[in-house]
Amino acid sequence: MPTRDKDAVQTVPPAETKDRQRVPSAREREWQDKTLKPFLEKSSERLPEFTTISGHTIRPLYTQADLPGFDAERDLGFPGEPPYARGIHPTMHRARLWTMRQFAGFGTAEDTNQRFRYLLAQGQTGLSTAFDLPTLMGYDSDHSLSEGEVGKCGVAISSLADMEVLFDKIPLANVTTSMTINSPAAVIWAMYLAVAEKQGADWKKISGTLQNDILKEYIAQKEYIYPPEPSMRLVIDTLEFGAKNTPKFNPISISGYHIREAGSTAIQELAFTLRDGMEYVEWALRRDMKVDEFGPQLSFFFNAHSDFFEEIAKYRAARRIWHKAMVERYGAKSARTWALRFHTQTAGCSLTAQQPYNNVVRTAIQALAAVMGGTQSLHTNSLDEAWALPTEFAATIALRTQQIIAHETGVTNTADPLGGSYFVETLTNEVERGAWDYIRKIDSMGGMVAAIERSYPQREIAEASYRYQVALDKKEKIMVGVNDFVSEEKPLDILQIDDTVAQRQAVRLKKLRADRSSDEVARRLAALRKAAAGTENLMPHLYEAVKAYATVGEICDAMRDVFGTYEEVAIT
Amino acid sequence: MPDKKIRVLIAKPGLDGHDRGAKVIARALRDAGMEVIYTGLRQTPEMIASAAVQEDVDVIGLSILSGAHNTICPQLMNLLREKGMNDVTVLLGGIIPEGDIAPLKKAGVAEIFLPGTSTMDIVAFINKRYAPQA
Repeated sequence: MPTRDKDAVQTVPPAETKDRQRVPSAREREWQDKTLKPFLEKSSERLPEFTTISGHTIRPLYTQADLPGFDAERDLGFPGEPPYARGIHPTMHRARLWTMRQFAGFGTAEDTNQRFRYLLAQGQTGLSTAFDLPTLMGYDSDHSLSEGEVGKCGVAISSLADMEVLFDKIPLANVTTSMTINSPAAVIWAMYLAVAEKQGADWKKISGTLQNDILKEYIAQKEYIYPPEPSMRLVIDTLEFGAKNTPKFNPISISGYHIREAGSTAIQELAFTLRDGMEYVEWALRRDMKVDEFGPQLSFFFNAHSDFFEEIAKYRAARRIWHKAMVERYGAKSARTWALRFHTQTAGCSLTAQQPYNNVVRTAIQALAAVMGGTQSLHTNSLDEAWALPTEFAATIALRTQQIIAHETGVTNTADPLGGSYFVETLTNEVERGAWDYIRKIDSMGGMVAAIERSYPQREIAEASYRYQVALDKKEKIMVGVNDFVSEEKPLDILQIDDTVAQRQAVRLKKLRADRSSDEVARRLAALRKAAAGTENLMPHLYEAVKAYATVGEICDAMRDVFGTYEEVAIT
Repeated sequence: MPDKKIRVLIAKPGLDGHDRGAKVIARALRDAGMEVIYTGLRQTPEMIASAAVQEDVDVIGLSILSGAHNTICPQLMNLLREKGMNDVTVLLGGIIPEGDIAPLKKAGVAEIFLPGTSTMDIVAFINKRYAPQA
């Protein structure tokens, strides 16, 4: 039903960091009086105020005066030690580079399998799967709502048969795979585990990451199916199953990426993501799981936007906040629980359709921030992503960008190369304080699920996104080629998704339904429905259902029958 | 001012949930003095056409980033014709490859706004079409 948006939007002001007492040294005051002031009288600054891309105010100079009481050994620690400001490994990128993991998926399973094998041949070190919208929403390719969407935003996967093709000749025992899927994540993971089993790969040794972060779906990306309660149950089921059966697999990737893409500030991205993480921990603890049993398998996923130092500060603050929360809130004892591991993707929303080759430069700078911020894995966007999914040409340049950073720039030679910078340390402190303000506010609402039900994070993000758009429209913020430095250019050659994908998928599904044992499918789906109505862990039931070649749509429908579906209150 | 406000339906068709653009546009048009109705997510062409009739809108703004525009837009245009909504202005914003623009306009989409468009340009486009006659 359409909703009228005439009601005034009520939001809480953004978490601004408190103005602290800054006491410059005598020498700094002398510099201000004798050098800075006379200079400013002759030549004023370019802008009335300098802010980060998130609108955070930046001072003209940072000195010791910005870090009163700073104790490097206490506040930063050493790499591989709490509070992990300088990174989670003692050697950081000297021992091992980050995993170069390019997100890919389009068309049918055959099409994407080919792209995967191409990327591995080019030196990529991990796989990352993009699924199409019908799969993400739990519909088969031949569902009426799938029309026009099959294979467009990712690969179409409707059953285990498709998954077998997707990973054909890719040894899951050796390759780590990330799968970007949320509402039906448990179903797709069951398929992945079934393929691994067929390949003879040991579940105890396979490694990879399932996104499986439903909270940020309600907050930002909006690919939810079920209401929060049963959705959280499915997530905790995977954490529980993973802790027992797949110790090297990350059953969740708690994601700020989409929150940022929806228009949040850096502080909001950080705060909402980490508070989401705490929400999962609290739900798992309520199921009597032990924090140090599942904590080491929690992984994170952040955006790398264009404001270089703000992003680096964000990653450093993220590690410090998570460590503090794990120790103080949940009593974690294991260093593996304390250390926040994260994947990064450069900011899709920063890329421009205009002058698209400039996107290579944007992506390179963003990737550099992720690396200098200590990322464990990285996806770099392709130059053509404001137009379509990437061509092989564009995807190759994106991968090469990471290889240039890794092997030519020297930024990998030392851990946390910006540690100790007055500016970076101050910004890290400010970002951390701003995030804690939000975290405590959400605590006071009763947690993240409660905050989501009040549309709190959704409104905060919509406000920030609108503020940024207004700043662009007024040219207070500049995007090169968009609101300044505009020029005409030739259209790009872009990837065309073959129009026959939906038809080929429909034929394959028809054959699948004819070939499989429909009695077995019916029995497995009935068992799943029964289990869903109770409280037992659903992973074993999902596993049996996918092995009987029940489809994504059938399995998600069985759970829709029991759980119902979710509709958000549309706010603008 | 006796002039009736321009009525705009902002719609998000298809399965995609990326609603940043739709929400920003809805708010910008409202701030520019238009009456804006936002449908929320995952609207079928039937739902959008019905809402357009029910709300008697002058403009429909579609936000599509998923690549499904070639399926959704012609379906919606047909439904609007069937319902006698021949005067409604249909605008499309999102990730639309250049090669698709001409066929979409031929199908009846009045204008297509690509990433990077200023909200002021969209406001100006609508105002120009519906400016009160002097």
